[in-house]
Amino acid sequence: MKPASFKYLAPDSLAEALALRAEHGDDAKALAGGQSLIPAMNFRVAQPSLLVDLNKINELRYIRREGNELRIGAMTTQSAVERNDLVAKHQPLLFETVPFVAHPQIRNRGTLGGSLAHADPAAEMPVVALALDAKFKAQSKDGERWIPAKEFFQGFFTVDLQPTEYLTEIAYPDLPARTGWCFMEVARRHGDYAMCGIAALVTLDAKGICEKARLVYLNVGDGPVDASRTAALLTGQAITDEAMRAAADKAAGDEMNPFGSVHASPEYQKHLARVLTRRALKTAHERALTAH
Amino acid sequence: MTDKAQFQFTLNGKEHTGEAEPRLLLVDYLRHEIGLTGSHVGCEHGVCGACTILMDGQAVRSCLMFAVQADGHDVRTVESLGTMDAMHPLQEAFREAHGLQCGFCTPGFLMTLVPYLEEHSNPSEDDIRHAISGNICRCTGYQHIVDAVLLAARKMNA
Ligand SMILES: Cc1cc2nc3c(=O)[nH]c(=O)nc-3n(C[C@H](O)[C@H](O)[C@H](O)COP(=O)(O)OP(=O)(O)OC[C@H]3O[C@@H](n4cnc5c(N)ncnc54)[C@H](O)[C@@H]3O)c2cc1C
Ligand code: FES
Ligand code: FES
Repeated sequence: MKPASFKYLAPDSLAEALALRAEHGDDAKALAGGQSLIPAMNFRVAQPSLLVDLNKINELRYIRREGNELRIGAMTTQSAVERNDLVAKHQPLLFETVPFVAHPQIRNRGTLGGSLAHADPAAEMPVVALALDAKFKAQSKDGERWIPAKEFFQGFFTVDLQPTEYLTEIAYPDLPARTGWCFMEVARRHGDYAMCGIAALVTLDAKGICEKARLVYLNVGDGPVDASRTAALLTGQAITDEAMRAAADKAAGDEMNPFGSVHASPEYQKHLARVLTRRALKTAHERALTAH
Repeated sequence: MTDKAQFQFTLNGKEHTGEAEPRLLLVDYLRHEIGLTGSHVGCEHGVCGACTILMDGQAVRSCLMFAVQADGHDVRTVESLGTMDAMHPLQEAFREAHGLQCGFCTPGFLMTLVPYLEEHSNPSEDDIRHAISGNICRCTGYQHIVDAVLLAARKMNA
């Protein structure tokens, strides 16, 4: 058998799962979609002693509106997000990006919460969550707390979750008025982890000047990389070809540190970042002009 | 050794009761314990698609699930598709359009495409290439697989 042996428990309520987490701490490894954890276990890179399978906890699978936020339960599959009308209507950036996550068969099992808790630097969902300033609900037996995306991601496969907590919900605030969005990436095969990718947001004022921009990248650092200094420079400017080119050069030149891989050198990843920044800003800007 | 877990699920339309160590992958359970060797094992980490089966009608990787996780679900493998005398239209199309050579990847392609064609009755060549992006074939170069899917869609619409 491939994985090392472990004890397996599949509680059917969140309360039971949190009680197990309180009792066993970090040993009580959550099994969500298993699409990252089980490959790691098959290679024996991961050898958890206790798996708490969250798949029977239906109360963690939902997508609903609350005020001006979209709330998504951690165990909602990536496919369910991809097919949901509320996501299409209220979170166009998320909706546009989910189909880039792995392959359809993986998205049928893989969960939104799993993808975010795993925090692979090459993953799409952390980038989108950071660009949208999403909030994360961490729950323990004794209560809950909300963590802003900026604090949730703490580097290479590391997030702000205590050994007594599971991630249970993600809240995505609506986009501001006159905001355009765009996600793009370059992967060797559709569905593979990308060599570089970007989520861009552009908010325009009534005169069409950039009020706020957001540029967040995947696979060019140890987590989602927020090129905030570049984005700040766009504020107060018209989004011209020249401005987009300058932003692309600055973001790629000053705000990222790609590691490179057998498929792409760091220089090539930066080249991709430059091209993608220009293209994504252009699309986000065009969409902002027609957004309400 | 850990204790064995008991589970019950519907397998190709029939109730199935079984037990296994929790760490036994579903694909290994199907192949080694039950003898359903149609689902193939290529990579064991989700990349190749050879082990694709249907769970509750959705295509999933059976190498990225434990057998015990099938508990309470509806599992279908390639063995449920058709018989030698009465093949599924998708199987017929693969035969007619030469959608396979060695056939190792074929069960995974079929189980990926069955639910896909139910949802998309008239896919374009481009749509099909996207739909099969999670399945690797080392023989055909994919062109004949795409042809087979186009043919299957025509057959199923007729
Ligand atoms: C072939 C292949 C290609 C892929 N390509 C991509 C890709 O291009 N982009 C991409 O983003 N992903 C990709 N993935 C990964 C996939 O999206 C995973 O589904 C995802 O990263 C993890 O989600 P999961 O639900 O499967 O989590 P699991 O694998 O079950 O868990 C992952 C980790 O998160 C922890 N965890 C899960 N849920 C919680 C929770 N609620 N609270 C606390 N901790 C939790 C687990 O304990 C584990 O450590 C790919 C996977 C495969 C097999
Ligand atoms: S064996 Fe399951 S995807 Fe390759
Ligand atoms: S036919 Fe040989 S791998 Fe596809």
